[in-house]
Amino acid sequence: MDLGRARVPQGEVHVIVERCKECNFCIKYCPAQVLEYSTQTNDKGYHYPVMVADKADGCVYCKFCDLICPELAIYTTPVDGDADAG
Amino acid sequence: MTVATIHPIDHLMRADRLPHILCAGCGIGTVIHSYVHAINESGIDPDRHVCVSGIGCSGRAAGYVNVDSYHTTHGRALPFALGIAVHNPELTVTVISGDGDLIAIGGNHFIHAARRNVNLNVICINNFNYGMTGGQVGPTTPVGARGTTAPRGAVEQPFNLPHLAKAAGASFVARWTVLHVRQFTDAVLRSMEKKGFCFTEVLSPCPTSFGRRNDLGEGIEEVEMYRQRCRIDNGAGELEQLGIDIVDPSQPITVGNFVDIEREVFLG
Repeated sequence: MDLGRARVPQGEVHVIVERCKECNFCIKYCPAQVLEYSTQTNDKGYHYPVMVADKADGCVYCKFCDLICPELAIYTTPVDGDADAG
Repeated sequence: MTVATIHPIDHLMRADRLPHILCAGCGIGTVIHSYVHAINESGIDPDRHVCVSGIGCSGRAAGYVNVDSYHTTHGRALPFALGIAVHNPELTVTVISGDGDLIAIGGNHFIHAARRNVNLNVICINNFNYGMTGGQVGPTTPVGARGTTAPRGAVEQPFNLPHLAKAAGASFVARWTVLHVRQFTDAVLRSMEKKGFCFTEVLSPCPTSFGRRNDLGEGIEEVEMYRQRCRIDNGAGELEQLGIDIVDPSQPITVGNFVDIEREVFLG
């Protein structure tokens, strides 16, 4: 196996704040546990997901938060150089 | 993390209607999301996709997807979709509907569409009750589960939907939950590729009407129950054994792609 060339992909998280209804699916089932509730709320009073402060680079671009979000309120994009990842 | 205003899949949604009407923690939004992902990945021109839905919370699906879509009368999504599929076999017709609409009010249409092997993709969002009208028990409510019309627990034997679909003649039969989004999206994609009657049951939390009365908690807690109890068994042979027991936590819930056969398609 060519393990020397393998590396963990990295993603960037994007949140559409006003669509979130605080269902917790993305936070609970993020395999890297990089999301948490915001201290702020959106216009409807829901706490939306934000990155955990010390895990800002922890997204592994698995796209699970995007797929499971019922509101289409979160998605991820690969950071530079990870265009083929995921 | 950045704050965004549009989602990359928004071109397949009527994004001006978002956020949708469904409750926080409801899984129907995830099903709609998976469906539009499947449209995107199918490689079929969105103009050749048609979405038909019936009445109820799940019936709202047609209103949120940006393909030709029809919100039909109660229980009549299948005969309406049959007319579209038979008239133009080039279209990929998907029915998204709830267990009450599809299996109770539209139950007769369901067994006959499966018997005829009409070229349809049917997604049944099963939340075990009539959510929109207040939580009455329906044809899939497990024995012992409570609803407004059975406050001491349902006593009627529920339908086992994969078994019913297979017995009636469906070409493809699957069951997943909203937590199994990748497998569910793959099942919907397979349905879009395959000719014949394809049926996918997807278990969805209903925190407002079902979870609240059955001590299941919020939507996330019902999903967590599925995570703990679901057992994947693709190709499970004994479909009559795959009934769902919500009340007894020791009983597994079997999910998977169960049937994938070739049969002659009705006027296809």
